[in-house]
Amino acid sequence: MASIEMKNIVKQYGDGFPAVNDVSLDIADGEFMILVGPSGCGKSTLLRMIVGLEDITSGDMVIGGKRVNDLAPRDRNLSMVFQNYALYPHMTVFENIAFPLRLAKMPDDEVRRRVTEASDVLELKEHLERKPANLSGGQRQRVAMGRAIVRQAEAFLFDEPLSNLDAKLRGQMRTEISRLQRRLGITTVYVTHDQTEAMTLGDRVCVLRKGKIQQVASPRELYEQPVNLFVAGFIGSPPMNFLPATPEGDRLKTPFGDIVLDEKRAAAVAGHELLLVGIRPEYFEDASLVDEAKRPVGSTFRARVDVTEWLGDSQYAYIPYDAPDSIKAQLRDLSKELDSEELRTQAIVSIDATSRIREGRDAEFWLDSRKVHVFDPESGDNLTRDAEAGAELTRLATEDRLEHAQEAQGRDSDARGGATAVSVG
Amino acid sequence: MTTTTPVMAPVPGEADTRGRVHSRAERAQKRLTSRTASVAAIVIAVLWTVPTFGLLLTSFRPELDIRRSGWWSMFTDPQFTVDNYNQVLYGGGTDFATLFVNSLVITLPSVVIPITLALLAAYAFAWIPFKGRSVLFVAVFALQIVPLQVTLIPLLSLYVDSGLAGSFWTVWLSHSMFALPLAIFLLHNFMREIPPSLVEAARMDGAGHVKIFFQVLLPLLTPAIAAFGVFQFLWVWNDLLVSLTFASSPDTVPLTVRLADMVGSRGSDWYLLAAGAFVAMVVPLIVFVALQRFFVRGLLAGSVKG
Repeated sequence: MASIEMKNIVKQYGDGFPAVNDVSLDIADGEFMILVGPSGCGKSTLLRMIVGLEDITSGDMVIGGKRVNDLAPRDRNLSMVFQNYALYPHMTVFENIAFPLRLAKMPDDEVRRRVTEASDVLELKEHLERKPANLSGGQRQRVAMGRAIVRQAEAFLFDEPLSNLDAKLRGQMRTEISRLQRRLGITTVYVTHDQTEAMTLGDRVCVLRKGKIQQVASPRELYEQPVNLFVAGFIGSPPMNFLPATPEGDRLKTPFGDIVLDEKRAAAVAGHELLLVGIRPEYFEDASLVDEAKRPVGSTFRARVDVTEWLGDSQYAYIPYDAPDSIKAQLRDLSKELDSEELRTQAIVSIDATSRIREGRDAEFWLDSRKVHVFDPESGDNLTRDAEAGAELTRLATEDRLEHAQEAQGRDSDARGGATAVSVG
Repeated sequence: MTTTTPVMAPVPGEADTRGRVHSRAERAQKRLTSRTASVAAIVIAVLWTVPTFGLLLTSFRPELDIRRSGWWSMFTDPQFTVDNYNQVLYGGGTDFATLFVNSLVITLPSVVIPITLALLAAYAFAWIPFKGRSVLFVAVFALQIVPLQVTLIPLLSLYVDSGLAGSFWTVWLSHSMFALPLAIFLLHNFMREIPPSLVEAARMDGAGHVKIFFQVLLPLLTPAIAAFGVFQFLWVWNDLLVSLTFASSPDTVPLTVRLADMVGSRGSDWYLLAAGAFVAMVVPLIVFVALQRFFVRGLLAGSVKG
């Protein structure tokens, strides 16, 4: 196990295009780090540079205190799970998992012991003599993970390991990976474009955009204190709504009425003419269902509902609004960059499932103004970000992780009499 | 494609191509199994087989009959003898057993050498990035344009100068040279079809080039190697020109050269031709029947894609 440090890593291709541009990132020992971003943001390239499959143009890659820039992949002692699993089709499951051990010239009985252990962990016991072609997608995925955990690697690297599975299996494997990582307590770097995976798996998440790091923080900090428009738009589903706003004293004039800001925020946004307010769908509510006690902390407004979607446990309403052309163009660019297709300027609002608001009618909404963020449309910066609160969220998450890891490992060694633990200690 | 590529985890985006290939294959199957197609196939097969069948009958006829009448008279006046085979195999002047061994000695290394070299070259072309790789690859492939006949005289003088003339090496080397461009091209294409992540996974697992080559790629390439092996074996076994030029000394001469002699210079023995031809055909037939599975696979592999 080891920490991974990246210092000013740059990857430039032959045509001078920087796929990864000046990335500095520290991944602590035992930490689960997620690299996330829209397609083409350089996350896979970064991962491949960590394992050594891609050359580093400049910068330092330090794994376990050792600079590994010039080391071949096999000398870095990392293990990787590929998107298409990359199982050896001519070998049985047993030989697939044993392959790295055989290459290390390990004695036969040790190989047998370790493979049996790994297959126990991954519940592959009854498939050991089968060929990969005869396995289901989830089983192949587990074999690939078996091959990764069977040797004592410094770190695990996952390259979108779940994107070939169907939705149901993906959910199961996600929890499986999380459990495994906690249990083994091994440093993990995980590339994904799926934000559910990013939010649920990671201790910390690194959001990349065009080869540059936007923000590295715990999922909670990313969600509550995004550093800029890009991160705010990328994290969260349905995505954050961005409304044009003009400040007037401590108020923001928006298409959905005025939003009152507290002093600190009002000061932060002063001096700008046109702003973007970022409001998550769940900050809205059907005004008729809001507690009287809560009403004063927000504002109410009337708007015409275009479409409603009732999902049983929740309900979404779509409210169209008008925006200046410059804002429209910018929002279109942003959604294009986020791999989504935003065709009209509309707010997605989450309301209580019991709400009687119906489409095509005017309705009254309540908006919790305590949590809104205000962005500078020019630079995309979050003007109202509370860095201290954010850092606190990430610190809490780190504490949780350490506690959890200790507990999990303690439990594990208890269960096994503390003698053998898992092959990857 | 579906038969040669070993089954792997499906890669996204492959599903639709596979579907297309499938439906195309289905259409082809429908057309090729229709009644007219079957009749045409039978007619072609009969037309092609009748002369061979005649040759087979002739090889069992007595010398006088062969000289006097055609093989079809066998039906009215059946007379069988194995004298021809006896004479071909053990008769003094044309010691076929030695020729047979010569042919084998020429053919086996002429198959093994180019495949071995081509495998190494194809690996480098496919998986080791180096400067000028694509230029070199095109150059190698372009060598196929050079007609074999053009090289015969220069090669012969080279062999004589280096003192190789008269040994088996001349034939082995020549056949290897002529086979290499195609072998490299074919094997390279097969290697490229193996997903890169497989090689990358092996690198991560701690394998170097040698281990990757022998433990990961070679097992996956067996169909390709077998296909090309059959090709090359049949080509070399049936070759007359190269052997005639380089291996015409009595110690190295193969079957094909002596068969040609029977018709030409040794015209008096031409009634043995049929039997001789059958002896020569036995080995390729065995090889083809045993490996035809790979042969068809290998031929199809290149064609379905694209």
